[in-house]
Amino acid sequence: MTVAVHTPYTVPIGFMDALQITVLILVAAGATAVVLIRRPVHQVLALSVYGVLLAVLFLVFQAPDVTLSEITVGAVALPVILLLTLAKIRKREE
Amino acid sequence: MTPAQRRWVFGVAVAGLAAFYLWGLSGLPGFGNYPGPYGFVILHLAVKQTFATGIVSAVNFEYRGFDTVGEEFILFTAAAGTAVVLRVLRGERERSAVDEAADRDVPPTSGAVRMVALLFTGPVVVVGWWLTSHAQTNPSGGFQGGVVLATALILVYLAGEFLVFNRFSPVALTDAVEALGAGGFAAIGVAAVPLGLAYLSNYLPLGQFAGAVSSSGTIALISFFVGLEVGAAFILITGELLEQTLLIRQGDG
Repeated sequence: MTVAVHTPYTVPIGFMDALQITVLILVAAGATAVVLIRRPVHQVLALSVYGVLLAVLFLVFQAPDVTLSEITVGAVALPVILLLTLAKIRKREE
Repeated sequence: MTPAQRRWVFGVAVAGLAAFYLWGLSGLPGFGNYPGPYGFVILHLAVKQTFATGIVSAVNFEYRGFDTVGEEFILFTAAAGTAVVLRVLRGERERSAVDEAADRDVPPTSGAVRMVALLFTGPVVVVGWWLTSHAQTNPSGGFQGGVVLATALILVYLAGEFLVFNRFSPVALTDAVEALGAGGFAAIGVAAVPLGLAYLSNYLPLGQFAGAVSSSGTIALISFFVGLEVGAAFILITGELLEQTLLIRQGDG
């Protein structure tokens, strides 16, 4: 456990590595899931979850600013816009 | 073109892409090895120069403020574009927001959705405001804060109805707020010019402590205006989409 500066928030390096690798795998799985899901509404929900995963990825790579942007845009704004568009399209089809 | 030929073209393209990609990857610096000087220079100077401890905000709103003005106007243009594209077209009519068929039951919003939306509205406003007003002290800023503030109005829509959404954010008001946000940012920048400074220079007093909410001069102020702009733009875009979904129908009125 060689960490340059010890603070109350210091995380052992091995643990951080494991966390980063885990989240990278989750992000890859999430992205694949978004592509493979065929029903648009389900796809949007998966995309929203994927946005959260991506936000966690940025957090464990020490980019909290980008995390906040990703949560607001990827997990909230984009899914809302897509869901509203889907609702409009479905209304027209009825 | 036969399928076999098409597969050939695809195969060549994929092989080419893979080769270039791997070539590019092999030239990247190792994981976690930042090669450039600018990051280190900024880390040494930013807090001393700007009194902002949120260094990302200092970079966004000061060192590369000019880029950020551009990004701001991208969003501004996007909101304007959405409003133009989603107007009521010929052959479409706008339904009244009140349900027309009184005898037909509208599927009611479920109690759980209403309660969760109502419970979250207040906290979301607080978080949005906190993010917008603390760009200079910690990771946050007007972009994130603005979207979070707009989310509060989407929660109002979920808890109530489109009518309520419209009452809370009348388009005229939201338009004005958006213009104020975008114009405010640009005006803060221009105000530096008569003082003999470059566009978007930080001419306000920096405060006494690095990391105080009142410190960092124009950085905090710009974040505030960005919050207004982004929040209003997102509300406008969502409002336009809601109107398309709920009110606009085929056929003439």
